[in-house]
Amino acid sequence: MEIKAARLAVAMAASIGLAAASTPAAAYTVYISNEKGNSITVLDSATLEVKATIPVGQRPRGIMLTKDGKQLLVCASDDDTVQMLDVATREIVGELPSGPDPEQLNLHPSGNPVYVANEDDALMTVIDLAERKVVAEVPVGVEPEGVAVSPDGKTLIATSETSNMAHFIDTGTYEVVDNVLVGSRPRFAEFTADGSQLWVTSEVAGTVSVIDAKTRKIIKSIGFAIPGVQPEQIQPVGVRVTKDGTRAFVALGPANRVAVIDAKKLEVEKYLLVGQRVWQLAFTPDDSLLFVTNGNSNDVSVIDVSRLKVVKSVPVGDAPWGVAISQQ
Amino acid sequence: MSRKRCPSAVLSLLLLLFVPLLALAEPSSAEQPEPPAAGFATIAIGYLKQEVKRPLPLSRLNVEPEDLGLAGAEIALKDNNTTGRFTKQQFTLDVETVPVGGDAVAALQKLAESGHHFVLVDAPADTLLRLSDSVKGKDVLLFNVRAEDVRLRQEDCRANVLHTAPDRAMLADALAQYLVWKKWQRWFVVKGAFPEDLAFLDAVHRSAKRFGGNVVEEREYKGTLEARRTDSGQQQIQQQMPMFTQGVPDYDVLIVADEREVFGPYLPYRTWDPRPVAGTAGLKAMSWHPAHEQWGATQMQNRFQRFAKRFMLPLDYQAWLAVRAVGEGATRTGSAELAPLAAYIRGDQFDLAAFKGQKVTFRKWDGQLRQPIIIAGPDLPVSMSPQQGFLHQHAEVDTLGIDEPESKCKLQ
Repeated sequence: MEIKAARLAVAMAASIGLAAASTPAAAYTVYISNEKGNSITVLDSATLEVKATIPVGQRPRGIMLTKDGKQLLVCASDDDTVQMLDVATREIVGELPSGPDPEQLNLHPSGNPVYVANEDDALMTVIDLAERKVVAEVPVGVEPEGVAVSPDGKTLIATSETSNMAHFIDTGTYEVVDNVLVGSRPRFAEFTADGSQLWVTSEVAGTVSVIDAKTRKIIKSIGFAIPGVQPEQIQPVGVRVTKDGTRAFVALGPANRVAVIDAKKLEVEKYLLVGQRVWQLAFTPDDSLLFVTNGNSNDVSVIDVSRLKVVKSVPVGDAPWGVAISQQ
Repeated sequence: MSRKRCPSAVLSLLLLLFVPLLALAEPSSAEQPEPPAAGFATIAIGYLKQEVKRPLPLSRLNVEPEDLGLAGAEIALKDNNTTGRFTKQQFTLDVETVPVGGDAVAALQKLAESGHHFVLVDAPADTLLRLSDSVKGKDVLLFNVRAEDVRLRQEDCRANVLHTAPDRAMLADALAQYLVWKKWQRWFVVKGAFPEDLAFLDAVHRSAKRFGGNVVEEREYKGTLEARRTDSGQQQIQQQMPMFTQGVPDYDVLIVADEREVFGPYLPYRTWDPRPVAGTAGLKAMSWHPAHEQWGATQMQNRFQRFAKRFMLPLDYQAWLAVRAVGEGATRTGSAELAPLAAYIRGDQFDLAAFKGQKVTFRKWDGQLRQPIIIAGPDLPVSMSPQQGFLHQHAEVDTLGIDEPESKCKLQ
């Protein structure tokens, strides 16, 4: 009941909010992977309308645009491959040899290579995008999942869900140089834009670890408490930090909330009610809007970042999971 | 009989070649833990299996694999050692199999004397109690991975035992919550004549009282353990089961308590009234199902199937949990010693990710692992308990099984 009422309010706020926005926001293209629907939904960030639904491989989860923005890389987990989707023609134009069950991926800041976590194999696979060839395999902990790359491109991170570690990998030598123990089942990792911190979510522990990227020590482990929500329902998955480093947003899974964190004080400011089982999130390049995937309500919540309000829910495909947004 | 498992495939091949020779020269050497790799601390885990003569199951799909449980422990050992590469810890697993009528206590002594502080026990309740008492006050922590007896968590609880196997109270509660959530509250209960059937029956009655089930009728099936298959086939059964379930007051679901499978699996689709069957046949409560794929379980199932060349079953999961608990304790404390590891495993900081959508931890009052329970039909999970709406002041998962206020356990 609470959710229903709140979402109605959200929908109402949405129409008002969007109408009230005085300057028309730049239009970016938002891509959503639908894990159950085996498709990619394409949204317009200005109109929030669905422009296309593109069929892809089985169980698409992690997605990412190439640096030139021409291709969307799609982890088709149940097809054991990463598909290359041409965003102009909306056709699959190639595949990357990711190894079994790819879930999340990331790119070197130069645009190449691609780093893919292979949950089944305790490996990070490094793939040359131009050659479409595996150039290295780095043994990491059990069930690697989250993949992050430092802004200078020198450090690659893999989080392993059963070993409960963030592995620091040297991208020059592909050696694991350090391992930081974090809370149980670390699912996602992200560097701050200045590269000084690494944020890691722990789904089962219900925490976010903020790690000093230099000393590789945990600065703070941030917990969450929401009145009326059982602690075990709070399962952090995606996390994003604004470019100016002031705020972080954490998707809390079946708690159906996105936590807003003051990224300077490392304290929770607020919880935003979104759809059910919230997985991943992504900012528009100007950091004005945040798109959030809700796996169990088959929609995407759109958050106005400056006002900290959910402005709209957009129905997409079945079980939305990953989200990627164009640079233009 | 003993078998040696160690992290490296090459090493285990070498050992397979050498162990028999060594065993001839020095009988106990096969039980010595691995010499640790340079700078690595070793944590030796034992696996004690008491063989039991079990009747052939009615369905050949349910014949116990020979490595049941052990395969789960072995894959957890691999998981621990993958993590151990980064924490400079090495885990070993040594197996003692005790034949029917063999001396389990002696087998445990052998493991304890060769430095195994953590021992998984796959044995009936009475054997487990003998084992526990034989190492009382010694540096050994036992993990009960098989026995579902409630008394092991109540009047017969022991301070040196942790239970990764759910007990019948947890299983019956999990099933009852689902049935009540479904509004199937009128139960026709059918029981076998064996002590374990009556133990399950007790748990069903307790659950009915707790969650609002109503037993409208209780019948005993007077059958014996006959030959499991005959050339005469199933014609008789097709007549017997409807007759046996005839003339019952209106009910929603038949709950069967027949742990040895004398007749239970014959009930689904053969009841007089068209009603679902649950309990020890039909819809069952369990710690793990081979088709459970939620919360990252797909990876676990894939890894297990590649390794063991078969599906992962509840006992495999329960053994996996025990070995992973030791691994988690070692990783988090950075220690290889019993005392700090055991304290961590029992403590508030312990939280094991176990593919159930929430951490699993041990209850302080009886050493039972609190965990969500899968409700499943033969092919697919149907739900997972605790069900929404069954509230608890601390943790909803504590609505399953013996809660602190009703605990009769005095750990010693």
